[in-house]
Amino acid sequence: MRLEYFEMVDRVLEREADRLVALARVPEESPVFEGHFPGFPLLPGVLMVEAMAQTAGWLVVARHGFTRMAVLAKVSEAKLRGMVRPGAELTVTAELIHDGSGYAVLRGAVNEGTPRVAEAELTLKTLAFPAPGLEPALRARATAIGLLP
Amino acid sequence: MSSAPPANAFDTIAEIIAETANVDRAKITPEAHVINDLGIDSLDFLDIVFEIDKRFGVKVPVEAWTEQVNSGKAPAEQFFVMGSLATRIEELVAAKQG
Repeated sequence: MRLEYFEMVDRVLEREADRLVALARVPEESPVFEGHFPGFPLLPGVLMVEAMAQTAGWLVVARHGFTRMAVLAKVSEAKLRGMVRPGAELTVTAELIHDGSGYAVLRGAVNEGTPRVAEAELTLKTLAFPAPGLEPALRARATAIGLLP
Repeated sequence: MSSAPPANAFDTIAEIIAETANVDRAKITPEAHVINDLGIDSLDFLDIVFEIDKRFGVKVPVEAWTEQVNSGKAPAEQFFVMGSLATRIEELVAAKQG
């Protein structure tokens, strides 16, 4: 994870048609921890939600063959079950619940080892790339995390 | 997803809209435009479409409809007025059942 750059996914571990599992290593140090919290650094819960959203987004974008991008539209039933400290190794899972026209609904989960530390239902809108540089940037990032060869 | 289509698509869609977007059921008439008259925004509409997809076991082709409207190939009333929307959903269910 590069928290300051909002890059939550380090590596794709598993990819199926309707499911994607990613690795997300929480950095030992980050400016984020200076405020959250002084003397007791914790990964903010909203960033766990973001990690689920990005994992879900990669699944949706891959399912569309990188012809569309996905943006987060709704977070439901979010539960932040555990505190995550710097250095933690997280697995983030996204499973497709429904593939609609112009949107997708997915179930996200974050685990630190066996324990579940976060979960949520996520709705993503899908849309044509609104800027010419987005598709190559996404493809480059997808290659870096092992989603594309 | 539901496998059996509801007997009355209009009433089911009206219930979905009333529950999902907190719209007074009495306002949801066959002549009501989903966006203009019922004041449903894009996110609520997305929730409504998700619920319709699930309840009727279809995939409402919102993008194709929107494209037809935007390109002038079809009037918005063909898809986004309640009576027409119910008819379109019934057509989708019938097409799925073959």
